[in-house]
Amino acid sequence: MAEKELSVDKKEIKNSQEFTREGPVFNPEVDIYENDNELILVADLPGVEKEDLDIDLNESTLTINAHVKLATKGTLLYKEYDIGDYKRSFTLSNVVDQSKIQAELKNGILRMVLPKAETAKPRKIEIRT
Amino acid sequence: MAYTTIFQPTSRIYQYDLLQNEMNRLFDNFFGSQRRTRGSGVFPALNVYQDSDNIYVTAELPGIDVNDLEINVEGDTLHVKGVRKLPETDKNVRYHRQERGSGQFSRTIHLPFPVNTEKVSAEMKLGVLTISMPKADEAKPRKINIKTA
Repeated sequence: MAEKELSVDKKEIKNSQEFTREGPVFNPEVDIYENDNELILVADLPGVEKEDLDIDLNESTLTINAHVKLATKGTLLYKEYDIGDYKRSFTLSNVVDQSKIQAELKNGILRMVLPKAETAKPRKIEIRT
Repeated sequence: MAYTTIFQPTSRIYQYDLLQNEMNRLFDNFFGSQRRTRGSGVFPALNVYQDSDNIYVTAELPGIDVNDLEINVEGDTLHVKGVRKLPETDKNVRYHRQERGSGQFSRTIHLPFPVNTEKVSAEMKLGVLTISMPKADEAKPRKINIKTA
């Protein structure tokens, strides 16, 4: 697949359920791909600390909730981007073995590995002659 | 020919564009304080902050290795350039979504004050880059004592 160009396009969530905390909430950009054994989800979450990241799996809905602490010093002179929390949900099919999901957060990037359930793995069927 | 008119600047489509731009401008001015920053088509987006002694420039650069980043300051000009590499994926993976970008980037901005280039420092934390630049002595605020006659 062709690589995507770098751009700044933080997508703010609008017209959805309201949040108790004031301020913008963004949909993080994600890559999702699969191989034979697992589904990989990679999300850009700049400014998110491990303890402020909450990944919730309810039934088959995977929700990423991340809070960004404002850490800037001084007063704002010039602004090109907004800072806010992140939230995004995905519906997982039962192809994923939900008990074995792993997540890692490093340098503002969340990487989740969602192993496929045994029944969903491709099987080669031998044809007898 | 039927389609030549479309390319003339006086065509209706062009006029509609002008009108829309004008409307956007009016709305931008009117709602200026509430509008959120939109994607500006440049990467990375930079925010600039100041306190009495320093200027801070921040950028969201998740997953960018500090070794792939180059920062230069000359007088009141700041250059940030680098490359974002995404780890290579196996050839036989199938993508469901690909939203994260990669590649080279370069930005140059003019700072509102000259800075002390010797003492510029930069820190990458949680995928957010912060460049701290002490203001040059002549740009620092000075308290002026008022003499009484």
